[in-house]
Amino acid sequence: MARREVPEINAGSMADIAFLLLIFWLVTTTIDSDEGVKRQLPPPLPPDMEEQEVKDGDVYNVRTNFRDELLVEKEMLSIHDLKDGAKDFLIATGTGLLHPERPNVELEDENMKYPERQWVKKTELIVLEQSFLASGQDKRAQKVRDKLKAIELFGSDYRELPGSALISLQTDRHTSYNLYLQVQNELEAAVNELRDELSFAKFNESYASLEERYGRTKEESLLEKIKAIRLVYPQRISEAEPRDASQGYY
Amino acid sequence: MGKFKKKKREMGTISTASLPDIVFMLLFFFMVATVLRTEEEMVRVIRPEASEIYKIEKKHLIRYINIGPPQDTRYGTEPVIQLNDQFADVVQIRKWVKNERLTLAEAEQTKMWVSMKVDQDTKMGVVTDVKQELRKASALKVLYSANSRERTN
Repeated sequence: MARREVPEINAGSMADIAFLLLIFWLVTTTIDSDEGVKRQLPPPLPPDMEEQEVKDGDVYNVRTNFRDELLVEKEMLSIHDLKDGAKDFLIATGTGLLHPERPNVELEDENMKYPERQWVKKTELIVLEQSFLASGQDKRAQKVRDKLKAIELFGSDYRELPGSALISLQTDRHTSYNLYLQVQNELEAAVNELRDELSFAKFNESYASLEERYGRTKEESLLEKIKAIRLVYPQRISEAEPRDASQGYY
Repeated sequence: MGKFKKKKREMGTISTASLPDIVFMLLFFFMVATVLRTEEEMVRVIRPEASEIYKIEKKHLIRYINIGPPQDTRYGTEPVIQLNDQFADVVQIRKWVKNERLTLAEAEQTKMWVSMKVDQDTKMGVVTDVKQELRKASALKVLYSANSRERTN
């Protein structure tokens, strides 16, 4: 019986087929990136909530109007200056802030009131921890322990922002979304830059890289560093409850 | 001097047999790297730019709300809300959140992200209303979709 030769199939057109598929894919799909500015919305307010009083200096007021202008601490400000303004507010009085390159922030603006940072001292914390443990308040004791850890990592006592200090953002209904996002972005950039500075000074690494590495490795020591930095520079951006523009806004 | 007769050199043909492989590799790369758009975009969204970008790793936890002027101008030029494949009213959001949560595994229902894709020229009024509804529905993790850019100095 004659052995039949299997004829070789010409694969030359295979490339064309693959190209067709490729082009089809390119046309029908869009590279959809799921990235953006992350925000945690506040939970809905209970209806019987009372308005809390805060010290004048403790709130950094940012307002936007229908002409996409910014009113920051009762003065007009360009969006480009917002980040520096917010940084000044968060640093406030510079001593005890662990920043070598910012020994003391000069308070240029006499009218501008800054929140008073309070000392977090190791000796006081130890006493506090004992009393919380004795009364069984484990959550509070844990908070104190986090602060003690921070002091250990920084190598010195530090000053923290008072609990009522926050950046408050109020947006008019006719502000453009773009400006709103830019404001959010600049405020977050302010916090991130300060965290980076502190992180570089203390741990020789940027804060973003700390977070990125922690995300990959879940190393406990990295989390401790992240927590310590967050204690000094918490991200407190609050959005005011929306209100009608006609209610004494301008 | 016949020794130095010029030889006519034949150019060997380059084999194109591996070309399909290369193209297939490209194809597979694109198939893996792209996300299939599951829903039609019925509103026109030009995303704003931001520098403080966060990227969500677990894509299956994300649900989208699109806000912008309709693609089809017959529906007008005012910004509208799109949920899944249809236009929706603000009041429908709470129900929508509830339904979308049920599509997730029970353990992950609290981890749902809402990605807001909002056209940059939209006025904040609509966005604020949507945010208020999201708060009422306890969908508090929000991502304002944006393209990344450098931080300004």
